[in-house]
Amino acid sequence: MIPAKKQKEETPHSTIPDEWFKPKEQNSEDAESVVRPSLSYWEDAWRRLRQNKLAMFGLIFLILLGVMAVIGPWISPHDVDTQNLPNQNQAPSFTHWFGTDELGRDVFTRTWYGARISLFVGLMAALIDFFIGVAYGGLSGYKGGRTDNIMMRIIEILYGLPYLLVVILLLVVMGPSLLTIIIALTVTGWVGMARIVRGQVLQLKHNEFVMASQSFGAKTKRIIQKNLLPNTMGPIIVQMTLTVPTAIFAEAFLSFLGLGIQSPYASWGMMANDALGVILSGDWWRLFFPAFFISATMFAFNVLGDGLQDALDPKLRR
Amino acid sequence: MEKILDIRDLHVSFKTFGGEVQAVRGVNLELYRGETLAIVGESGCGKSVTANSMMRLIPTPPGEIKDGSILFKGQDMTQLSDKEVRKIRGVDISMIFQDPMTALNPTLTVGDQLTEGLRQHRSISRKEADKQAMDMLTLVGIPNPVERMKQYPHEFSGGMRQRIVIAMALICDPELLIADEPTTALDVTIQAQILQLFQKIQKQTGVSIILITHDLGVVAKIADRIAVMYAGKVIETGTRKEIFYTPQHPYTRGLLHSVPRMDQKGEKLVPIDGTPPDLFSPPEGCPFAARCPMVMEVCTKVYPFQSELSRTHDVDCWLQDERAKKYMASTY
Amino acid sequence: MAKYILKRFIYMIVTVFIIATLTFFLMNLLPGSPFNEERTTNEAVQRNLEAHYHLDEPLVVQYVLYLKSIVTLDFGPSIKQPTETVNGLLGRGFPISAELGIWTILIALVSGVALGVFAALKHNGIIDYIAMTIAVLGISIPNFVLATLLIQQLAVNLGVLPAATWSSPQHMVLPIIALATGPMAIIARLTRSSMLETLTQDYIKTARAKGLSPVKIIVKHALKNALMPVVTILGTLIAGVLTGTFVIEKIFAIPGMGKYFVEGINQRDYPVIMGTTVFYSAFLVLMLFLVDIAYGILDPRIKLHKEGGR
Repeated sequence: MIPAKKQKEETPHSTIPDEWFKPKEQNSEDAESVVRPSLSYWEDAWRRLRQNKLAMFGLIFLILLGVMAVIGPWISPHDVDTQNLPNQNQAPSFTHWFGTDELGRDVFTRTWYGARISLFVGLMAALIDFFIGVAYGGLSGYKGGRTDNIMMRIIEILYGLPYLLVVILLLVVMGPSLLTIIIALTVTGWVGMARIVRGQVLQLKHNEFVMASQSFGAKTKRIIQKNLLPNTMGPIIVQMTLTVPTAIFAEAFLSFLGLGIQSPYASWGMMANDALGVILSGDWWRLFFPAFFISATMFAFNVLGDGLQDALDPKLRR
Repeated sequence: MEKILDIRDLHVSFKTFGGEVQAVRGVNLELYRGETLAIVGESGCGKSVTANSMMRLIPTPPGEIKDGSILFKGQDMTQLSDKEVRKIRGVDISMIFQDPMTALNPTLTVGDQLTEGLRQHRSISRKEADKQAMDMLTLVGIPNPVERMKQYPHEFSGGMRQRIVIAMALICDPELLIADEPTTALDVTIQAQILQLFQKIQKQTGVSIILITHDLGVVAKIADRIAVMYAGKVIETGTRKEIFYTPQHPYTRGLLHSVPRMDQKGEKLVPIDGTPPDLFSPPEGCPFAARCPMVMEVCTKVYPFQSELSRTHDVDCWLQDERAKKYMASTY
Repeated sequence: MAKYILKRFIYMIVTVFIIATLTFFLMNLLPGSPFNEERTTNEAVQRNLEAHYHLDEPLVVQYVLYLKSIVTLDFGPSIKQPTETVNGLLGRGFPISAELGIWTILIALVSGVALGVFAALKHNGIIDYIAMTIAVLGISIPNFVLATLLIQQLAVNLGVLPAATWSSPQHMVLPIIALATGPMAIIARLTRSSMLETLTQDYIKTARAKGLSPVKIIVKHALKNALMPVVTILGTLIAGVLTGTFVIEKIFAIPGMGKYFVEGINQRDYPVIMGTTVFYSAFLVLMLFLVDIAYGILDPRIKLHKEGGR
């Protein structure tokens, strides 16, 4: 906008044509036209996520990792557990791209096999947490009153339990395997999700905009699409994204302690643990590949989660 | 009368992801000693930004005073260093914010928060500061100041907290008090008490008050002069009488019609249709043109010049132009 | 306040009780009794165990006796090391683990808060960006990975710091760095976001309007409020550090409680697992309780709203 003072110089008072002073019909569309065109919630969130370079980097990394987890073991000429003792502890070469371990197994193949395990554990844990959390939190929030009170007391106590300690205890009893790891992780992991879902349900139950949409005669489907989903799904998606690295860490941690995935299968935590034995010999590739991929995967999930948190926050919408 | 504040052609913008929001676009205002000026307008019209600019409280970045001057007793606030501004804040100019529930620090005692301004600006003992603070609490109508000083904000009601906020603002005996929606968050009965308190204080201390509000009822009670803001501009200023009885700008008239009044029974409330313009790209002409019932072609093309109707009454509207009056006369 | 403390205390007792019960019945679910696998236990130990746990009695009696042993803090003998009792292991291991844990928490707190405050004050600047990238890295690199990398680089390749044991201040450097980086990163991120939120609060604006100096506003008005959320997650952080000591003590061969716990797991030494689990849990829950009380003291509003804490 040009300040009034300057206008005086550009458009002298008398040069304005007289006709411009005729009264004009007010156009009711004009009165509203000044409002910006509105993007849908998801379009807007996606636009903001795309601007976050770190989050996009994380997303691309995870897509590549997912692809490699599927095709990696295939494109490698070596098996995950074929032992080749004469070939033990070889540095990366054209035959063994990431080198070999002390049993002569191919680290490249084992790394992508580890990616499968980590991603599977992470995604399963997030998914199961989601279902239990939605059921428990939804019921608690929806019922309210006494039920809610008791259910929340239970959550509060579960929340005070040391997560990894309980997981270790369960694994000692159930014995280590992929299934038991996922069970152990989800037995205690859903609490966070249940709290978030309950909070969202409570907020929605008495929310003014829901009542407002209903009183305008909006269709149920439209209410769910336009109001409920954007406002509840945001925090839930973020929580799921952040559950994945926690689960991946827990699996690696347990495998590192010898409580996780067992040979002949490969997991990053187990590979790191094995590498500890040869740490003095300078066989850097043994530690480097599992260490790099655990850290990079957790990093990618964390920055993606942060990015989603910012992008999906309705308060930050512009 | 001495002019203590003179704002000339103030422009304030905020940078956001979507672009630059021109929140204040050439505001002119003046304030005389001992008077109460009310700045009214809808939310988002730039009244709070104007007020914050006066104390240089615009968060920078993203905000920035782009142009113009704010002369407080002859010195330009926009040119002072941060250190010089801090010597004026709380001492010469004080500010009260909208929500008394959040304006006080929840983890410090009321006494601590009352005296810290004093102890910052005046070199006085803790005891002396406490005494002055208790006097001030008594002045704003808080009983048992000795015990109250030791309490935390959550132990006070909303109205009481606003009294504490006022006491805090007045403790260094400022010449100008800026109150940003001081009664909006309060119950109606408490509102009246707080407004009375403002009047009482002004009588006792002679402080000049700038009152920012969207509530014309509040304005009618205590303002000497009124400035109406719309889309970052002051579109009409005048004394309380001029604005309430002979409003000239269609927006001012609309604003008055949309508020229930005790003195005019049976009058229908008329809302103003539409919404204020987007300040990312403000319209070229009058910003109210799109909502104006008396819009002319010129309004959408050129911003109107200021017309002086009396020594105190100015309005920015093309309806004041001779040609517009001519057409009006021929149609009716 | 008293009511608030009492409520928290009851939660604490209930939690410990649940963990103890869970541990007992989980261990009893194991095939055979945990205490009489002939192939792993010699006769002297067997007799000790039977004497301690009354294994010939019904389960309920065993359970009551087990609870009694917890209340009296007597966790019985080890299976694998006939000359050891669980109490003996805890007595030797706990002081070392506590030393490691306390240093870790202190260093994580101080550096994390400093990093977070600094990043918040330089919001959106290059320093903020670097600090937060470091923080996300710190969260993403698992402590056992960091520990092995530190040993490989600093101890083996460069040889500047010792790689193992717990015998001098130099020996403590690497384990503490490995263990403190994660919590530091979490604290830094939380401090930053909480500080940023606090700085937009009205009372900060009020303080600025009073003409206070920026340093005074930050130290007196912002910091205390901004650190409230940090206090609330301290309990979770302590839990993280505690479980972290399992692997860190294993990697650095530190003779702490974590090492005995991991050895107990690997050797399936059930009394050791049960004893340490219950001890760890009780310790953690006590920490959570203390954190809750600290929060109540720091935040004057807690006294009115008896609902507090997390």
